[in-house]
Amino acid sequence: MRALTWHGQHDVRVDTVPDPEIVNPRDAIIEVTSTAICGSDLHLYDAVIPSLKRGDILGHEFMGRVVETGPGSTLEVGQRVVVPFTISCGQCFHCKRTQFSACDNSNPAENQDLSEPLFGHPVSGLFGYAHLTGGYAGGQAEYVRVPFSDVGPVVIPEGMDDDEVLFLSDILPTGWMGAENADIEEGDTVAVWGCGPVGLFTVQSALAMGAGQVIAIDRHPRRLELARGLGAKIIDYAQTNVLEALMEMSGGIGPDATIDAVGMEAHGFAPDAFFDELKQTVGVGADRGHALRQAILAVRKGGRVSMPGVYGGMLDKFPLGAFMEKGLQLKTGQTHVQRYTKDLLKKIQSGELDTTFLISHRLPLEEAPVGYENFKHNQNEWTKVVLKTKAAASAT
Amino acid sequence: MDPDTPDTIAATPDERDAARADRALVAHVDLGPPGGRPRPLDMYESRPRPAGRRRAEPYRGGDDGGNGLWIALGAGALLGAAGMAYVARQRTVESRRRRPPDSAPKRTLKHPPPREDGRSVTGRTVTIAKPRAEVYAFWHDHTNLPRVIENVRSVEREADGTYRWTVQTLGDRTLEMRTRNTVERENEEIRWVSAEGSSIDTEGRVAFRDAPANRGTEVTLVMRYRLPGGELGRLAATALGRSPGVQARRSAKRLKMLLETGEIATGDRRRGDAA
Repeated sequence: MRALTWHGQHDVRVDTVPDPEIVNPRDAIIEVTSTAICGSDLHLYDAVIPSLKRGDILGHEFMGRVVETGPGSTLEVGQRVVVPFTISCGQCFHCKRTQFSACDNSNPAENQDLSEPLFGHPVSGLFGYAHLTGGYAGGQAEYVRVPFSDVGPVVIPEGMDDDEVLFLSDILPTGWMGAENADIEEGDTVAVWGCGPVGLFTVQSALAMGAGQVIAIDRHPRRLELARGLGAKIIDYAQTNVLEALMEMSGGIGPDATIDAVGMEAHGFAPDAFFDELKQTVGVGADRGHALRQAILAVRKGGRVSMPGVYGGMLDKFPLGAFMEKGLQLKTGQTHVQRYTKDLLKKIQSGELDTTFLISHRLPLEEAPVGYENFKHNQNEWTKVVLKTKAAASAT
Repeated sequence: MDPDTPDTIAATPDERDAARADRALVAHVDLGPPGGRPRPLDMYESRPRPAGRRRAEPYRGGDDGGNGLWIALGAGALLGAAGMAYVARQRTVESRRRRPPDSAPKRTLKHPPPREDGRSVTGRTVTIAKPRAEVYAFWHDHTNLPRVIENVRSVEREADGTYRWTVQTLGDRTLEMRTRNTVERENEEIRWVSAEGSSIDTEGRVAFRDAPANRGTEVTLVMRYRLPGGELGRLAATALGRSPGVQARRSAKRLKMLLETGEIATGDRRRGDAA
């Protein structure tokens, strides 16, 4: 089959690789129709997440048709499914508490040797990510082996387009959980850093949860326009002092909740951002935390900080004093995708959530490297890239 | 052998119980193998050199074309660092003498006291969301264990009640380990020692307890072992991910995976892929 493989920093290629097989009883094999490039794929493209190997197949946002099932799978051949990017067993302590991204059993024991010393505990398996998270082959491919296929995949009713439901795999629930973690109350002012796909879905979710005003912060005009289109107020941090503006726009109180939908590759025009970038470039600090620092300084006293943005290392210059003195709360985590998929599918069907407005480009899988390059370097125009396989053409 | 008294391994049936854990420390540290137990591995009796005794070669400079100063500085820094590490460690050892033992399992000590028999201790606890009887039954049938212990190819029960383990070492090489269970308390505990003819000198116990708040069963695996090749063998095994410590950790996790989910997670894309 054809698949997008990683060969080093800024070097991804579409290669021919062996097809996957059923390995464990609960596996299924999915023939991919649509798959997307995620912002966190750019962390891999930029090689700021450790433990990737040459030839690894990337991609964790994908959907398609079931073509083969193991004896323990509950799926049926021919069903259309969206596959959550988190791999979860459904039976361990954490899965039973719907903390699916903390699954104990989906990350192979030998891979846990890496994440256990780094994070204190092993993390769950993820598709198409680093070997820290299991080394599972990803979905930017024609076929994918899906473990625990009785727990994760969401069966999609016929008649819905791929593009409407594809983002149930990651960014829609991630944006939703990002807003949920901000504990939004009716009428709250909520500020969201980053108008990438997750940030945009966070804006939409926060408004759906009853926020009085949502203020979206970015520097790319096109992305800010998309946020405005959802009903947000916008701040262009390239021309505005964000902290002052937020105070003035929230009655001098500060936002009740702030959400960092940027993560470890934040940009900024301040000394801390410069030093983070320098350290990341020479490889002595994985995280650039300018957006998070600003979110902590901006939020009102006793406010809530939510962090759907991805981090992987040891952030320094963390405003812990502000955090403690203002009595803040921080909630974060890889998304517990399976917790949200059913409800969010209903919200898509009812039209409450729009999931296609942010797609700027649709490319054949063969052109995935072009998608990566532009998603990284032309962020203003390339807001979300969906890749279509050959199977997509014959499916619809 | 009376199953309850002549334990040769730390007896910590309830590690939350400080007092009992303290007694266990004594047992752990002071008890050697009981008299009369066969000692099949006399050839490995040579003990590793205690840490901190190694001495750096004195610097003999002169003919290195101007690098002498740098080498001397480097050697000095290394010596200094080693000296500071040694002093810090001695301080820790001394301060421990003045401290009451804590409630932690003794295998988690930062600096375990050197053991008379040159063995290492390792262990791992895991909580499995399954009833105690089910977890015990799985382990009690030792022929199940190759499914969860990565480097064990097979386990066979011999006519005399001992077990023959075929253990993979490097590449396709294997060695044979023989064990005899000394304690089998149903749903509570199994203990074993290596039997005559074993190429690994080991003993261990696996304990099963009800986990709090209906979380299932807490399984604690503790092993004391001496590998062929002494300290060098131990370091080599650790470097290759084949040490009993790494194996105990991974085995505990695989046991949990298999019992909770019915399968063992793998990132392999095809059957028979070497991950």
